[in-house]
Amino acid sequence: MDERQRNHPAGRPRVGLFVTCLVDLMRPSVGFAAVKLLETAGCDVEVPVGQTCCGQPAFNSGDRATTRDIAARTIEAFEGYDYVVAPSGSCGGMLKAHYPELFAGDPAWEGRAAAFAAKVHELMSFLVDVRGLAAVDAAFEGRVTYHDSCSGLRELGVREQPRKLLRTVKGLELVELKDADVCCGFGGTFAVKYPDISNAIVGRKADQVSAAGADLLLAGDLGCLMNIAGKLGREGRSTKVRHVAEVLAGELNQPAIGEGT
Amino acid sequence: MTSARLMDATVAPVVEATSPAFKQNVREALADRQLQEALGAVAPGLAARRGAARDALPEFEALRDRGREIKNHTLAHLDLYLELFEAKARAAGSHVHFAPTPQDARDIILNICRKADAKVVTKGKSMISEEVGLNHFLEEAGLKVVETDLGEYLIQIRGETPSHIIAPAIHLTQAQVEQDFRRLHTSLPRNRVLTEPAQLVSEARAVLRQRFLEADVGITGANFMIAETGSTVIVTNEGNGDLTQSLPRVHVVIASIEKLVPTLEDVGTLLRLLARSATGQEISTYTTFSTGPRRKEDPDGPQECHIVVLDNGRSQLLGTDFQEVLRCIRCGACMNHCPVYGAIGGHAYGWVYPGPIGSVLTPALIGVKSSAHLPNASTFCGRCEAVCPMKIPLPGLMRKWREAEFEGGGGPALFGLGLKLWAALARRPRLYHVATRFAVLGLSGLAMGRGAFRRLPFASGWTRHRDFPAPQRRTFQQLWAEHKAGVPR
Repeated sequence: MDERQRNHPAGRPRVGLFVTCLVDLMRPSVGFAAVKLLETAGCDVEVPVGQTCCGQPAFNSGDRATTRDIAARTIEAFEGYDYVVAPSGSCGGMLKAHYPELFAGDPAWEGRAAAFAAKVHELMSFLVDVRGLAAVDAAFEGRVTYHDSCSGLRELGVREQPRKLLRTVKGLELVELKDADVCCGFGGTFAVKYPDISNAIVGRKADQVSAAGADLLLAGDLGCLMNIAGKLGREGRSTKVRHVAEVLAGELNQPAIGEGT
Repeated sequence: MTSARLMDATVAPVVEATSPAFKQNVREALADRQLQEALGAVAPGLAARRGAARDALPEFEALRDRGREIKNHTLAHLDLYLELFEAKARAAGSHVHFAPTPQDARDIILNICRKADAKVVTKGKSMISEEVGLNHFLEEAGLKVVETDLGEYLIQIRGETPSHIIAPAIHLTQAQVEQDFRRLHTSLPRNRVLTEPAQLVSEARAVLRQRFLEADVGITGANFMIAETGSTVIVTNEGNGDLTQSLPRVHVVIASIEKLVPTLEDVGTLLRLLARSATGQEISTYTTFSTGPRRKEDPDGPQECHIVVLDNGRSQLLGTDFQEVLRCIRCGACMNHCPVYGAIGGHAYGWVYPGPIGSVLTPALIGVKSSAHLPNASTFCGRCEAVCPMKIPLPGLMRKWREAEFEGGGGPALFGLGLKLWAALARRPRLYHVATRFAVLGLSGLAMGRGAFRRLPFASGWTRHRDFPAPQRRTFQQLWAEHKAGVPR
C-alpha cells in the first residue's frame, strides 16, 4: 500500500507548506512553484498563518529557550496536516532533525515533536521519495548545474531526487558541479558574523560554477542561492541562479535571483 | 548536561592563545598569498584520498561504528583501564607518571632529562607536547631540542607552531622550505639543487641523522596506549619516531588520557580507520609498538622508558556533553574537509588544535571566554561529522559551546540585539506577517527595480564582497492570501 492510500483512502493528502522566512520575504515565486509541484504530485496544499521562522537563527546562536518557543508554535500550527513540506533542506533539517532534540526529555512535548518531525519532508525528497513523482512537465533550454546544500544533503539525504526530476525537463542539459557537496559559505548567521571567511568560501564556489560552464545554477535552499548569486553578480559572471523548484514547476516569469526587472 | 565548571572555566594556558584576536588572525590569513597558495595545494588532495580509501573498503562504515563503541566503552571505564595500563606498563619495566596539568608534565620531563644528564633531546611528532609547550620549556632550561618529523622540523626552524595536527607545515610552500634550508644549512654547497621535494627530504634527513646519534633523551607522543599490554603505539610515515625512541638512552612518551584503548585487537580496528581517514593510506608506513625498555636479549632500545600521562582538564569532560570529543584519534579528517579551515588555515584559530576538533576542544581546555570565536566560526555544513571516523558530532558540540556563551551573556552586542528583535517577531505570527510585509516593501522600494543591492548599510559585511539580492516586492503570505481570495497573481 502506498503512503497516499494509507493516509487517505479518499484521495489527496493535506500538506502544510512551511514557506521558510527567506522564501516568504525574498522570493515568493519559489513558494508558488512548490505549491504547483505539490499539487501535481496529488496533494492539497495549505499555508498555515501561524508559521513564522523555523528558529534556526536562535538555535545556532545558542538561544535554546527562544528556539523552543518558536518550535512549539510551529508544531502547533502544523499538527493537523498529513505532511509538512519545506522548499529548503536547511529549514527542513531544523524541523525534522533538531526539533526532537530540543524537546528530548520533556514529557509534554517530546512525543509531539517526534510525531511532527516524522511528517516533515524537504520538497524534492517529498516529491520523489514519498509521492513517487518520476517526471515533471516543464521545459528549459540550457546547461544547468546543481549545488547540494549542506543540510539537505547531510541531514536529509537529498542528492539524487532533484537530479532525477531535472533530467525530465525538456531541453535541459544537466552538468555536474565540481565539489557540489562543499559548503557555499552562507551558514545563516555565519555570513553575518564572519563575512570575510564566508566571502572566501563563496569565491571558490563561484570559480567552480564558472568552470562548469552552465547557464543556470540551481539548488534547493534560498540562503545558499542568494549567497552564490550575490557573488556571481558582483564579479560580473554570467551564470544565472534560481531555486530548483522554479525550473521544475516552470515558474520562470520572475527574473533570476539578483537580476533586475 | 554541560557542567557549570566548564561554562565558567577560564584557564590561563601555558601556551598563549591568540584566539581572542581571531578576526584579526583571519584578515591576515586571507591576505597571506603564500598561505593561500599552500592551502589550495594539499588539504583538498587529502580529502580526495580519504574518499578513495573509504570507497575501497566496504566495511568502512561498520568500522566507524565499531571504533566509536571501543572508545565509548573505554571512556566509560577510563579509571579501570588507566590502572590496568599503569600496572602492565610497570610490569614491562616502564615508569608511569600522571600529570594533572601541563606544568606537571613539563616538570616531570625536565626532571627525567636532568637525571639522565641530557644535553640533546630528539622529538617525534606530538601534539600533546605542543599543548604543554614542552620545547620552549626545555630550551629555557638549557637543553637542545630537535624535532625530527620533517614538518615539525620545518616549523621549528621557523619558530612557528603546527597549523595542522598531522601535517604541521601544511601552511608552507615548497619555495619557502627551500629558502629556509639555504638560510640555515650553511655548511652545505651553495649551488646544490633543491627544486624537488625529494631533494629537500634527503637534505633534512642528512642533517637530522647526526642529531639522532647525539641525543640523550628521545621524546615521542603516542597514538594509542594499550591497557592489556602496557604498550604505547606510534604511527609515522618517515620512521623518525622509531629512531627517536630506540637510539637514545632514555625514551619518554607523552600522551593524554584519552589515548587509552583496552586491547591490541582494538588497536587493530582503530588503525584501519586512522590512516585511511588521515591521508587515505591503508596503513601508515611505520606502526611501532613499544613495551618497556630494552630487555637483556634485545639488540637495541632505550635503557629507560617513561610514560607521562596528561589530563589537563580532560577528566572533567567525562559525564558531560563534551565527553564525545575524547573519542578523537587525531586523524585530521575534519580539518581536511572543513571549508573554514580551507579558507584560513590552522594558525588563525589561535591555539594548539585548529579546525572543527579544535573548535570543540579548545574551549574545553582553555575556557570558552577566550575562545568563543572558534565554535561560532562554523557554517555547520556538517562535513566534519560526516567524515569523522569516531562519529563525533562536532557541529552539535560547537552549538553547545554557543549555548554556554549565550547563557554567559557573551556574543557581540549588536548581533544580540538584532537576534532579540527577530525572536520577538518570530514568536508572534500576526505581528511577524505585518512587519515582514513592510520590511519587504521598504527594501524593494530601496532597490528601485534593480535586482540586487551593491551596498546595504546594515549588511555591509555582506555587500563589501557580494551583491545582496533584492526581494520580490511582496511576501508570500500576502500573495497567498490574495490568491486564496481569488485575486490573480
